[in-house]
Amino acid sequence: MKIVRREHRVLVQGITGKQGTFWTEHMQAYGTKIVGGVNPKKAGTEHCGVPVYGSAKDAMEGGGFDATVMFIPALGVKAAAMDAIEAGAKTVVCLTEHIPVQDVMYFMAAAKEHGTTVIGPNTAGSATIDECFLGFMPVFNDRIFKKGNVGVMSRSGSLATLMCQNIVSAGYGQTAFLGIGGDPVLGTTTRDAIEALDSFEGTEVIVMVGEIGGSMEEDAAEYVATMDKPVVAFIAGGAAPPGKKMGHAGAIVMGDKGTYASKKKALEAAGVNVLATPSHVGDALKEAFGAIKQASRGVP
Amino acid sequence: MNFEEYAAKPILAAAGINVPKGILAHDPDAAADAVATLGPVVVKAQVPTGKRGKAGGIQLAQTADEARTHAANILGMTIATHVVEKVWVEELSDIAREFYAAVLNDPTTKSPVVMFSTEGGMDIEEIAVDTPEKLRKAPVDIRKGFDIAAARALVDGEALDDANEAIAETLVKLYEAYRANDAELLEINPLVLTGAGGVIALDCKFSLDDSGIKRQQEIAPNGTPDKLTELETRGEDLGIKYIELEGDVAVLANGAGLTMTTMDVVRHHGGNPANFCEIGGEAYTKATDGVKMVLDKPGVKSLVVNFCGAFARCDVMMEGFLTAWEELKPEIPVFFSIAGTGDLVAIKMLKDRMGVDPLPDMDAACKAAVDAAKGGAS
Repeated sequence: MKIVRREHRVLVQGITGKQGTFWTEHMQAYGTKIVGGVNPKKAGTEHCGVPVYGSAKDAMEGGGFDATVMFIPALGVKAAAMDAIEAGAKTVVCLTEHIPVQDVMYFMAAAKEHGTTVIGPNTAGSATIDECFLGFMPVFNDRIFKKGNVGVMSRSGSLATLMCQNIVSAGYGQTAFLGIGGDPVLGTTTRDAIEALDSFEGTEVIVMVGEIGGSMEEDAAEYVATMDKPVVAFIAGGAAPPGKKMGHAGAIVMGDKGTYASKKKALEAAGVNVLATPSHVGDALKEAFGAIKQASRGVP
Repeated sequence: MNFEEYAAKPILAAAGINVPKGILAHDPDAAADAVATLGPVVVKAQVPTGKRGKAGGIQLAQTADEARTHAANILGMTIATHVVEKVWVEELSDIAREFYAAVLNDPTTKSPVVMFSTEGGMDIEEIAVDTPEKLRKAPVDIRKGFDIAAARALVDGEALDDANEAIAETLVKLYEAYRANDAELLEINPLVLTGAGGVIALDCKFSLDDSGIKRQQEIAPNGTPDKLTELETRGEDLGIKYIELEGDVAVLANGAGLTMTTMDVVRHHGGNPANFCEIGGEAYTKATDGVKMVLDKPGVKSLVVNFCGAFARCDVMMEGFLTAWEELKPEIPVFFSIAGTGDLVAIKMLKDRMGVDPLPDMDAACKAAVDAAKGGAS
């Protein structure tokens, strides 16, 4: 997958709604190149200073776009995503929560065939610091996001916000952020996100924010073991009771699957520094950057 | 949401899969009466969990008296925390062989997977571990579906006593039922080959995708929702995700990840969270209700409020919090950690209306709440 940059043309599906409008304005102010929006009922009009199209297909034929971000209700996402994928979107950011999983698998299959990257569902989106963002992360708040050398990925938007604030208050900053979402079936996995951040220019350390449920952290650990860059992780849900969905549909421990212990073990075996609490991220980064500095001086 | 056997089997029947005749009984007499129409029967506990047989919840009855006795024993029995309130009384089937069949959502392939095994009757987890070579799997392109050719390929080479075609047809119907009903899991275990060569579903497990409930209104009322406490039911009615826990440190936060983490950090500092209560996402305007809920749990000794605004704005959540606090005037100590969208406004509101500052980070806020709950200095 490729992380969306400032030169990429972005479409907003559902641009005319309350949230669509609010966040489009924020995205524009930050630097995201919004080239249009979609609302079949308002095709031909203008909103937030950009043309509104009847469909993503029309938008592609009109001015073209690279990525799309959807502010669409759960039961409408399948059709909107199929529209964008078939129109040739390179990236589809799917923010919506509570989309039926069979709908998600449907447009995932189409995305795979068309070579489209899906981010989400149930995510706060992605951001490239000082360039652009797609979704609703508070990237414009400079106590939370600041240009630096840490790549951050997360299954949770709220927890990522906290983690990013801790990173900035410790004196560091980020290159890019990838929110992959809290659903069980996701377009971009933890491993995909870490691979993308690993190859993103300027990234020296990666912070992984995971949670209980599924096996994405374990899968990612296999890749992390092959990396040169240090990885720091926090896994949420260690205190969660088994068998309960902890707010996110994907955050559930079933039997011995998806447990905190299994994830911590796999990550530590891959050399990851697994934090006891998010407040420890500053110290962990200090250690990681210290090690990089020593290595660059040739100190063993 | 899980469906018990009696509610799951009609889903199969509607797709054209054979199921044994049966009657739902809430008392021993009704179970006994069933024998008159069904002949010898199996009396099966109806609870939304597996391992009913091992727990003694499935018994054979040749006569009405036996059916009555078994039903009397099974009703009221506790199986994995579920008290049995009803039994499914089903005609006896002539079992020649037992197979396993299922369709489920697979996060790894991001597609439905149809599964078949000749090792029916066992738990799928056991089959997967003990004899993985006997578990056949077919990922499906959900846009194209699972046709008879794909089903034949899945059972190809299995010696199924001339029933390969009938089994393949059943798998196709099973997949159709899975699609039509927004299943996350639809499982037949065992899928039985009868002495006469028929194929029937002897048991069925159906789990409906919670996100599909809205468009499955016809079947949804037949499901068995999770048993909720009074406060959890209140949360559901209000659209707030609330899970009641054993501890005494109440937690109010926004977002699933942040709320889970707040619980973790309370635990890390030696405390016990009283609840999971998330007012993030679409629920971020519901802080007033959230505060009332977390305080209504008996035995709560302190409260930690952890807001980290992204989509959810701290100022909106803080307004909701303060509204509830000013109305209830609770005595319990409360500690704050506030960051993200709208944080400065929220911090000023807190200072102006309660005269307090947030703690520097969530560790400090959680630790203070834990200390307060233990009666120590905060």
